[in-house]
Amino acid sequence: MNELIYFFNYVVVAGSVTGCIYAMGAIGVTLIYSILRFAHFAHADMMTLGTFVVLLLTLAFPHAGDALGLPTAIVMLPIAMAVTSLVAVGIDRAFYQPLRAHGVKPIVMVIASLGVTLMLQGLIRLFAGTGAQSLYVDARKEIFRIDLPGITRPIVVTEPQIILFAVTIVAVVGLHLFLTRARLGKAMRAMSDNPDLARASGINTRLIITLTWIIAGSLATLAGTLLSLDVAFKPDLSFFLLLPIFAAAIVGGVGHPYGAIAGGFLVGFAETLAVFNWSVLLRPLRDSLPTWLELPNNLALVGTEYKIVVPFFILVAVLIWRPTGIFKGKVI
Amino acid sequence: MPLLEAIDVHGGYGGMNILNGVDMAIEADEIGVIVGPNGAGKSTMLKAIFGLLTITQGEIRLRGEAITNLSPHKLVEMGMGFVPQEKNIFPSLSVEENLEMGAFLKPATASRLKRQIYEFFPPLFEKRRQPAGELSGGQRQMVAMGRALMNEPSVLLLDEPTAGLSPRYMNEIFERVKTINAAGVGVLMVEQNAKQALRIAHKGFVLAAGQNRFTDTGEALLNDPQVAKSFLGG
Repeated sequence: MNELIYFFNYVVVAGSVTGCIYAMGAIGVTLIYSILRFAHFAHADMMTLGTFVVLLLTLAFPHAGDALGLPTAIVMLPIAMAVTSLVAVGIDRAFYQPLRAHGVKPIVMVIASLGVTLMLQGLIRLFAGTGAQSLYVDARKEIFRIDLPGITRPIVVTEPQIILFAVTIVAVVGLHLFLTRARLGKAMRAMSDNPDLARASGINTRLIITLTWIIAGSLATLAGTLLSLDVAFKPDLSFFLLLPIFAAAIVGGVGHPYGAIAGGFLVGFAETLAVFNWSVLLRPLRDSLPTWLELPNNLALVGTEYKIVVPFFILVAVLIWRPTGIFKGKVI
Repeated sequence: MPLLEAIDVHGGYGGMNILNGVDMAIEADEIGVIVGPNGAGKSTMLKAIFGLLTITQGEIRLRGEAITNLSPHKLVEMGMGFVPQEKNIFPSLSVEENLEMGAFLKPATASRLKRQIYEFFPPLFEKRRQPAGELSGGQRQMVAMGRALMNEPSVLLLDEPTAGLSPRYMNEIFERVKTINAAGVGVLMVEQNAKQALRIAHKGFVLAAGQNRFTDTGEALLNDPQVAKSFLGG
């Protein structure tokens, strides 16, 4: 039983955490692609930026969360989401909009977004330095250990993880309702389907573009912050997020928000399972194994430090064998 | 005063002129049909009216007001509806959502108009929850026209509404166009099925090489031996 709990802690919990983060990032990538028709490479840096805003606010008001019994970073989330969305819309107006007006090819937009990536990374490093910083400025992370009867090993879940699960569910359900019920949400899907006809129907496409950046920016802030709460804030966070969220968006089928969620969890769990030490699960069988077969101490497919190869592998495999992804999306 | 009027319109794509002086006018209760050989600039003329390409010379007027080179968005607000020939639906949206998008600027009237459209195109009511992309060609055309009607336009531009449809659907679409017109909507349409279209037309415009070759009532054009010989296949 201890081994199963170990599996639960290191695969189910860890995989879900990674899955939630990737899913929220991938939804942003997929929405931006469906509305603006380019792969937004600066998206992972949007996540770092959102987290950076949260860090600044938390440093400024370290005790803001005490009254509510929540980590200060969580209380600061709505403000940070608004700020990040504003910056995202500003970046669009300053860099992408003029290019769109010139009718450039999508690849030019992609290169421009790479430029934005470097710019954001530089700016964040300028202010936050290069080291890791905890988002718990003046408090400690709460860790819940749930003991099950008769088992020595407890289930371990941290407070940010629980908040992450709750926030992801709320965000996904909210987005679903918005896209299927709200007039603007439907218009967003319409514009993704057929932008010319959307314009010919009188849909204000500029408003839809602004809305896309707001949703993508908010989700990026949520995902980045909740990940950083669980580990720590690092300016190079985006480097480790970019590939997985693009893999997730492509696996799910670009242009499909639900595909992005599925893709996020698929990539998240694949990554977790690949670095999981399977030897632990096999340990109870050790006595019944033949003597010539010795159980190694570490039986992971790849070492933790090479985790990034997993989404890379998934990305290449999907692009070769099923470029439209699970839900038959667009081909980037 | 004509509902829609085009005076000596020149225009085209990227410096290449396709329209070399087109004149047309329809009254508020009329159906105007544009016919002519391939490459005559029929669809281009419709797109020029709807602000989808730049008019370099001449003028377009809606109820006497100049609307030359206004954006499609503005024209929709002014009561113009446009149904393109291709890509005229939102394929992944349901039929109902397609209609709602047509009423994007008038959400308050959406539910009343939706009921009217369903009465007008009964097959759409049965399929209202289905993605429009899964419908047959004729039904898609109904969705496309329904979408444009949801904005309660005073003038409707139709680009080859019967292209690729079976004769049964073709006649049905022509019947619908007549009904729409009878309800008080001016219609200007481009048609390949020239004879059938001219039969329902109050005014016909035969274009060739971006200019008017013949302009008359639909009936007169049908009976004109010269038009028949060169443009209606004898």
